[in-house]
Amino acid sequence: MIITKKKPFETISESIKPFKRVFIVGCGTCSTVCQTGGEAQVKELAERVGEKCVGYAVVESPCDMRVLRRDLAPKRTEVDSADAIVTLCCGAGAQSTADLTGKIIIPGLDTLFIGKIERIGSFYERCRACTDCIILETGGICPYSRCAKGLLNGPCGGQVQGKCEVGGYQRDCAWVLAYNALKKQGRLEVFKKYRQPADRSRKPQEIVTR
Amino acid sequence: MREAFSRLISEIRAGKFVYTGEIAPGKTTRIETLVESAKALGRHVVACNVTDNPRARANMGSLAASIAIQERAGVEAICQMTARDRNRIALTSDLLGASALGVRNVLVMSGDHPSLGDNPSAMPVYDLDSAQMVELVRRMVDDGTDLAGNRIDGEVRIHVGVTGNPNADPLEVEIAKLERKAQLGAEFIQTQAVFDIEVAEGFLDAVDGFGIPVLIGILPCRSSKIAEQIAKNVPGIRVPEEYLEKLRAAEDLNERASIDEKIDQMNEEYFSGMVSELRRTARLAGVHIMGVAYGRIVGRIADGVERKERQDGV
Repeated sequence: MIITKKKPFETISESIKPFKRVFIVGCGTCSTVCQTGGEAQVKELAERVGEKCVGYAVVESPCDMRVLRRDLAPKRTEVDSADAIVTLCCGAGAQSTADLTGKIIIPGLDTLFIGKIERIGSFYERCRACTDCIILETGGICPYSRCAKGLLNGPCGGQVQGKCEVGGYQRDCAWVLAYNALKKQGRLEVFKKYRQPADRSRKPQEIVTR
Repeated sequence: MREAFSRLISEIRAGKFVYTGEIAPGKTTRIETLVESAKALGRHVVACNVTDNPRARANMGSLAASIAIQERAGVEAICQMTARDRNRIALTSDLLGASALGVRNVLVMSGDHPSLGDNPSAMPVYDLDSAQMVELVRRMVDDGTDLAGNRIDGEVRIHVGVTGNPNADPLEVEIAKLERKAQLGAEFIQTQAVFDIEVAEGFLDAVDGFGIPVLIGILPCRSSKIAEQIAKNVPGIRVPEEYLEKLRAAEDLNERASIDEKIDQMNEEYFSGMVSELRRTARLAGVHIMGVAYGRIVGRIADGVERKERQDGV
């Protein structure tokens, strides 16, 4: 799931100032689960924005252009009349909305990470979309998202009793977790294996099947 | 066996018991103090570590300072290099410069995370980790190429060392990690500071099979306040109560001059005792002496060890 958090209302309010008419787009998937851009949050923002708000829609998944087009179709008049759109969804949803509508986008949320949800308020980063998943070698622990340094041959000297110095020894050291998991699986030889430098050349990703 | 490029490696191979010291460039453009400290240390050590922005503070670079102490103080440098601030292009580039200008030892480490430092919003690079930095040096020295296999013009003459932490808990993970680096071709280990002889022995025993010379790190403190701060703020160092007590006892005097002398005596006694005991019980290539503005203790400890061993007929 894409974990998001709300920007402070004051920030959104400041961004809205130059515009007379705004439309709000929420997300029925990740942001609904995070309680940052679901029905309740979209309605709440609409109320706070007041008469400048010409309408809103909670799109099932605004990052999917087909769904976005479908769900915004009934609101076409309001969307067209708006000077700007406040999006309560992740960066992918916000940019899809920009692509579809051609409007000025005011992001109402900050996108944090791809994560695991335990319950509302407990979100854990679990993936960095590194393009080359290696968790088979690391006892199911992703070092890119869970080691503060993203090391591939950890741990570093910053772990004490399995806790990471980054953030004051609150989070588990990913590499101690990996070691313990592999030990439990009887696969410690995998831990000791040297992992070569990764391809970190990361370019903008696009997959277009023709 | 690979050729020895440095005094550090030559003396270790010749079976000499070696001492290394440490200097930490600050956020300054003044090199004189550093050169003076290196000169003072140089009388007692075979080589001197030059730190690379410890605790992620943006200080004078370790490579520049290493070259300065070699050229102006005549002290061989062990240039510390972290993976924190430079990607593989910059690291390769610095290693080429280091070799060209006569730096013969590097100590590679991942480096304290930027969030702990004085520019906490800096991007943590970590394009490589310390194991991969060992591979980088090996490829450059042994194969004459960079990591991508591109040819280097001229020889790269550098030895690569790694760090180890005898205090690590859990220790078995630390040892497994060092085994990995040993297999990659790391040439020496310098450790985090150890105060406890059993901790040092446990570590030396565990890494004995890797066939790499180990320099145990010690950190004499010139006051109980410094020792307490280290115990509190430096993760991965354990300062035993017994040591703190000894410092406090030494401080229990009125005159400043005699306090300093008493503390120096105590440190000399404590650490030279520990070192000569370790030399008796384990395979130890040398000692890495760190210290916060306490260069004068280095010679005393080295002399103390020698005196003890003469007495004991070692």
